[in-house]
Amino acid sequence: MAVKKAVARTEAAPGAIPDFSKEQELHAYREMLLIRRFEEKAGQMYGMGLIGGFCHLYIGQEAVVVGMQMAMKKGDQVITGYRDHGHMLSTGMQAKGVMAELTGRRGGYSKGKGGSMHMFSIEKQFFGGHGIVGAQVSLGTGLAFANHYRDNGSVSVVYFGDGAANQGQVYESFNMAELWKLPAVYVIENNKYAMGTSVNRASAQTDFSKRGTSFNIPGEQVDGMDVRAVKAAAERALGFARDGKGPYILEMQTYRYRGHSMSDPAKYRSKEEVQKMRTEHDPIEQVRARLLEKGLVSEDELKAIDGEIREVVNAAADFATHDPEPDPSELYTDILR
Amino acid sequence: MPIDILMPALSPTMEKGNLTKWLKKEGDSVKSGDVIAEIETDKATMEVEAVDEGILGKILVPEGTQDVAVNTPIASILADGEDANAAPAPAQKAAESAPPAAAPQPSPTAAAAPAPQAAVPSAVANPPQVKSQPDPEVPPGTEMVTMTVREALRDAMAEEMRRDADVFVMGEEVAEYQGAYKITQGLLQEFGAKRVVDTPITEHGFAGMGVGAAMAGLKPIVEFMTFNFAMQAIDQIINSAAKTLYMSGGQVHCSIVFRGPNGAAARVAAQHSQDYTSWYSHIPGLKVIAPYSAADAKGLLKAAIRDPNPIIFLENEILYGHSFEVPKLDDYVLPIGKARIARAGKDVTLVAWSIGMTYALKAAEELAKQGIEAEVIDLRTIRPMDTATIIESVKKTGRCVTIEEGWAQSGVGAEISARLMADAFDYLDAPVLRVTGKDVPMPYAANLEKLALPTVADVIEAVRAVTYR
Ligand SMILES: Cc1ncc(C[n+]2csc(CCOP(=O)(O)OP(=O)(O)O)c2C)c(N)n1
Ligand SMILES: [Mg+2]
Repeated sequence: MAVKKAVARTEAAPGAIPDFSKEQELHAYREMLLIRRFEEKAGQMYGMGLIGGFCHLYIGQEAVVVGMQMAMKKGDQVITGYRDHGHMLSTGMQAKGVMAELTGRRGGYSKGKGGSMHMFSIEKQFFGGHGIVGAQVSLGTGLAFANHYRDNGSVSVVYFGDGAANQGQVYESFNMAELWKLPAVYVIENNKYAMGTSVNRASAQTDFSKRGTSFNIPGEQVDGMDVRAVKAAAERALGFARDGKGPYILEMQTYRYRGHSMSDPAKYRSKEEVQKMRTEHDPIEQVRARLLEKGLVSEDELKAIDGEIREVVNAAADFATHDPEPDPSELYTDILR
Repeated sequence: MPIDILMPALSPTMEKGNLTKWLKKEGDSVKSGDVIAEIETDKATMEVEAVDEGILGKILVPEGTQDVAVNTPIASILADGEDANAAPAPAQKAAESAPPAAAPQPSPTAAAAPAPQAAVPSAVANPPQVKSQPDPEVPPGTEMVTMTVREALRDAMAEEMRRDADVFVMGEEVAEYQGAYKITQGLLQEFGAKRVVDTPITEHGFAGMGVGAAMAGLKPIVEFMTFNFAMQAIDQIINSAAKTLYMSGGQVHCSIVFRGPNGAAARVAAQHSQDYTSWYSHIPGLKVIAPYSAADAKGLLKAAIRDPNPIIFLENEILYGHSFEVPKLDDYVLPIGKARIARAGKDVTLVAWSIGMTYALKAAEELAKQGIEAEVIDLRTIRPMDTATIIESVKKTGRCVTIEEGWAQSGVGAEISARLMADAFDYLDAPVLRVTGKDVPMPYAANLEKLALPTVADVIEAVRAVTYR
């Protein structure tokens, strides 16, 4: 592969987006729809006071984690920030456990102690769930260091936002990752805004795929609304890292439909801008349209899938609503081992 | 059966809001996701989206209604063909019933198990006023205006920026967004983008830049969205801002204010709920201020901006929306480093600051009913600490309880206690007790969070212990 430096990235990114098989389309459809419905439910439950604090929804960005996950192998790690529900669901963590964490109940992934922003699953190699913007980038690089150290063939997939991409520790990590050829894939989820700040108001270099240029880390810009494009890019990046060639940057061009968190009125962008994204680029609608156009499935079959997913989400909401709060004794557990 | 639409909670600290506008009329059909109303929260105007599909039945709360409590039914949604009069008016009814039959799926809506209450403790929700002891800095007969801590902070910055062209403010979302917590509201409009600067999310970098600009003679106000994020920048605050005057033999000084909300908000978990008062109070070369009332917030922030030293100005998110009386004076500047007696008493001295004052004042009220007269000292400045005022009080009461949300070990209470031991030992009739946050990272779960924070009952218990009752 001709990806020695960032300038070669256009050659690395083939123009044509490989087609998905019917199974792949259906898999992507299900996975993305699960995230969408889960997040909608979480939004509702927040409004009802069942979920407190900050709650950052992933609606609109589903193709990123689903496409990445489709290219990953067992043993590859995932780490991200606070907008993490989609990442967890895509690694196979249970909707029930995630939702119960959102409501702060004992059946949540962190026993109710972490909340929306802080969940983990060693079983699924999901390492959080971090509230400090940018912190996960160094941590994820450390996961890659451990892979390298153990020579276990695993890759650390490190997600962060366009806003997080301006934190200093990101570049400290980039340097070390390339210097030591660590198996890390940095996925920059460029959803155009960091809270109320659009990318061009915060970033001198708005092409995030070039953010590793001075360290010789290759990068690509990817249509993060097209799950097929994400998966294809993920395969290139993961393959590169797994081959011992070092880190790789994927800038996922995506969009968040909702406000930054539940308390953001999102006055910094127009309704038309959001509506245009929803109607023209929605990641789930794209798959749905392809499935129907090609006659791979019927409307009824898709309806049945929707129904199944609603059931999973409703069961999760129900569990998360009725599961008891943690036992008061939990206040003092898990502080030291 | 109709489904109630409840007044939604739309921020971590929202308890009530104003229903400003209905965007749908009774009888309109609504789809899930449609914007049906606008409400004003403590921070912003937000849109309410429909959760269920159907026809908007009765509007139970008309537009223009103020202070609608979270979870109050504001309207009902009917399934096609349902009668609006069947709408369940009282809130309880919906809460008791099983999942509404009209809901497309069983949803956790009305049948929700008791939703965890907002974690804002009751003492904190209605902060007691501090009126009993008029401030000596306020001339008698001065007109008082009621304003929130939020407005007081904004006014302090605006007044100082009008007065001194070297003062500017920078931080994340301070300009166009008007402040993540709306403290800088209107500043961009008045002072322009040169003096109200939106930064990228780069705390270490912009804090360092602020210190550099201060070394060059400017007077930055650096806003941290919260002090949790100032940990990214703490090296520049301590190693650069606090030590340069000393290291340069007095040549280079930094007139800079680092400000923002500190401490626990509500339900935002361990990384977003930490009290840094004792951290910064440890550092020679810094001044540390943590006001409680709006008047103190204003007078002390103005003083901080004028002070030629690096100042850590610790605000509290929960107090932002609370109103207090503020003297209407052209230039209300308070002295840094002076505590004030917020309530006089003879039996025990309570020392608190910032949100800790809510516990102290509530406890004092309760204790008065039990015949114990507590003297409440609002420390206001943590460094330099007004030890003299505490000692004067302890000479009278012989007992002292300190109150803070931060952890006990090496906390501010520990420092006060040590100073009393050293300088007022002979006056103490009981050991100094500390009421603090529990020795755990802040949990998310509502019940655990409540347990982790101090309570009014904790203060009362400590007072009973030191008064041997
Ligand atoms: C160090 C730090 N600074 C500030 C914040 C507050 N904050 C939380 S999310 C956020 C915006 C991040 O935007 P981006 O990285 O683009 O991710 P997105 O929210 O768009 O997914 C900010 C400023 C924080 N959590 N941590
Ligand atoms: Mg972003």
